[in-house]
Amino acid sequence: MEDAILARLTGIFREVFGERSLSLSRETKASDIKGWDSLSHITLMLSVQRAFRVRLSAAETSQLKDVGALADLLSAKLERS
Amino acid sequence: MKDATLSGLFWLPPAPEDFFEQCEVLERSPGPLGRRLRALASTALDENRLNRLAKVVAALHAAPGALDPLTPFRLGISSNATTHFLVPALIATAARYGFALECIEGGFDQTLQDASDPGSPINRARPDAVLVALDHHGLHLRAEPGDEPSEEASVIGAIAHIDAIRRGFSGNCGAACIVQTLARPVEPWFGSFDAVLPGTPRRLVDGFNRRLAERIRGSADLLLDAAAVAESVGLAEWHDPTLWNIGKVAFSSTYLALYAEAVCRLVAAFRGRSRRCLVLDLDNTLWGGVIGDDGLSDIVLGQGDPTGEAFLQVQRAALALRQRGIALAVCSKNEDEIARAPFRNHPEMLLREDHFAAFRANWEDKASNLRAIAGALSLGLESLVFLDDNPVERGLVRELLPEVAVPELPDDPALYARTLLSAGYFEAIAFSAEDRGRADAYRDNTHREALRESASSIEDYLRSLKTVVDFRPFDPVGRGRIAQLIAKSNQFNLTTRRYSEAEVARMEGDPSRFTLQVRVADVFGDSGMVCVVICVREGDDWRIDTWLMSCRVLGRMVEEAVLGELVRHAREGGVRRLLGTYLPTDRNQLVEDHYGRLGFALLERNESGASHWALAVDKYTPRELPLSVSRSRDLASQPSAPGSAR
Repeated sequence: MEDAILARLTGIFREVFGERSLSLSRETKASDIKGWDSLSHITLMLSVQRAFRVRLSAAETSQLKDVGALADLLSAKLERS
Repeated sequence: MKDATLSGLFWLPPAPEDFFEQCEVLERSPGPLGRRLRALASTALDENRLNRLAKVVAALHAAPGALDPLTPFRLGISSNATTHFLVPALIATAARYGFALECIEGGFDQTLQDASDPGSPINRARPDAVLVALDHHGLHLRAEPGDEPSEEASVIGAIAHIDAIRRGFSGNCGAACIVQTLARPVEPWFGSFDAVLPGTPRRLVDGFNRRLAERIRGSADLLLDAAAVAESVGLAEWHDPTLWNIGKVAFSSTYLALYAEAVCRLVAAFRGRSRRCLVLDLDNTLWGGVIGDDGLSDIVLGQGDPTGEAFLQVQRAALALRQRGIALAVCSKNEDEIARAPFRNHPEMLLREDHFAAFRANWEDKASNLRAIAGALSLGLESLVFLDDNPVERGLVRELLPEVAVPELPDDPALYARTLLSAGYFEAIAFSAEDRGRADAYRDNTHREALRESASSIEDYLRSLKTVVDFRPFDPVGRGRIAQLIAKSNQFNLTTRRYSEAEVARMEGDPSRFTLQVRVADVFGDSGMVCVVICVREGDDWRIDTWLMSCRVLGRMVEEAVLGELVRHAREGGVRRLLGTYLPTDRNQLVEDHYGRLGFALLERNESGASHWALAVDKYTPRELPLSVSRSRDLASQPSAPGSAR
């Protein structure tokens, strides 16, 4: 499950940041990716919501410290739905 | 991965699988890349793909000529919301419409300052247009339940605010404003009673939108009906409170592509790039079945059968387009006689042969037929839309004639009409009496062509048309159509200078200018105003600032008649020379040698292809022309009359 989410996130990150060779781990943070600022974070969160068909609140999207936290959040949301 | 929704731009073919690779290839390729960019932009792009393509465009902006033949367009964006996400969507979508768009963003929530400060970034950039993207957060519409006077005052106040912004931009940078309507709020207050009770948010928004449309009508500014875009997808989908709270984003980013489409269609219409002719396939496009196989009695069309009704809707949509001036044509693989039979003999057919300006039913390939149709109608291929149910034919035409717009059609014919109309090919910013009769005019033109083929010589043919050319100076009656011709003419246009309706109004009676509006009529009908000329007096000379003509009257010696008229008035005004200029664009090669053909001497031609010409007025001998001239008396009172010139 976790790996599957990470793989899907990698595809989304590649599209959002226009970087085809981008790779992700659970430890990847905003500072590790060129162009991941507060504005592109919004685009990223929207793409994630569309792809996973979940809705994230402002509080949820602003508290994520790394990709692992995002994957955990999505995993929790998907289990509940 | 086909997204069959409005937000997925379902009339466009899907983006290629290797979209991101193609973007990288483009970034490394030598220019000019405009055509390839446009082709890539003409697919259904989601937000990430719009962003990626916009990056390519932005990178190429730096290299001179890399974006050719896209036309540069500068758009100011002034908003009370975050515009960061709009910009890439607009840039990529503009490429779909043939523009190399550059956006100048105003300050966040500083619309009035953007407009009224002559030194604001937008005003300093002198854009071609400014998008005034205010939503209900940015206007102080105060809800006061049951208070009608305060509703009225609130709406009037908001309109006054918009007026001040429009005046600011118009005065400080001269750009036309694109002002948007407000999407209604989703959340009810009272419920259905919100529509009844004065002072509710819903009534305020409706009142504002109605009044805004009234203010824009007849002005130099344009209306972007954002409310209609929002309603077409659903208000609860459009408004995203989370997104507003996080980043002051005005609407759900799912609809960025659709919003950008609406803006770019307006820009295209503003620049005269809207399409002008709908070309229709027949079998399984206008009726169900194959007329050559099934025969008249077995094609599916008409009331009582759901499929038959779907095809009626397609025909109704085509007729409605024709009514507003879009020419119709047929392009079908069929025997001509067989293809015509339903139009003549099927009782349920709404479309008749008489509705078509061109009818090509034969076994040649469709690309050749589309070329022939464009030729017969004197239209460029970029004016055509081709509707065909067959994906193979669509693919072929897209491949061979990328200029022609070819909508994707869903499997269900019930959605054909919606697909065609949702694609916005025929966006208009004005509607005139000429437009009403335009589809007839295209058809009459093809009748003229038929007569031309039967006439023994061109001169005989032209004489048989009994053409009358009517000359008048600019006046209030012609103003709207003059401005429309100035905005829309691309092919027969020597300098492609665009003037707003307000600027045209200022030229009326301006002593430093000599102006002509030219109408043409003949035995087949009235073509209406087809030509506009603006001369500026410079010492003893007249510099021809603008000379444009509708291609519908090409080859009728109207140009010669216009020159004769210019010389006649120049002589009376003691003018020594007429000076002509040709400024090349990607659309006006047709008139590259216009002045040469008319006997002007070439003064100079520079590297970019621009050329300057002169004609000594006293050396010009008028020719005998196979047409007659009428002129209104007002012409004599123009500044050319002796004494009135400086």
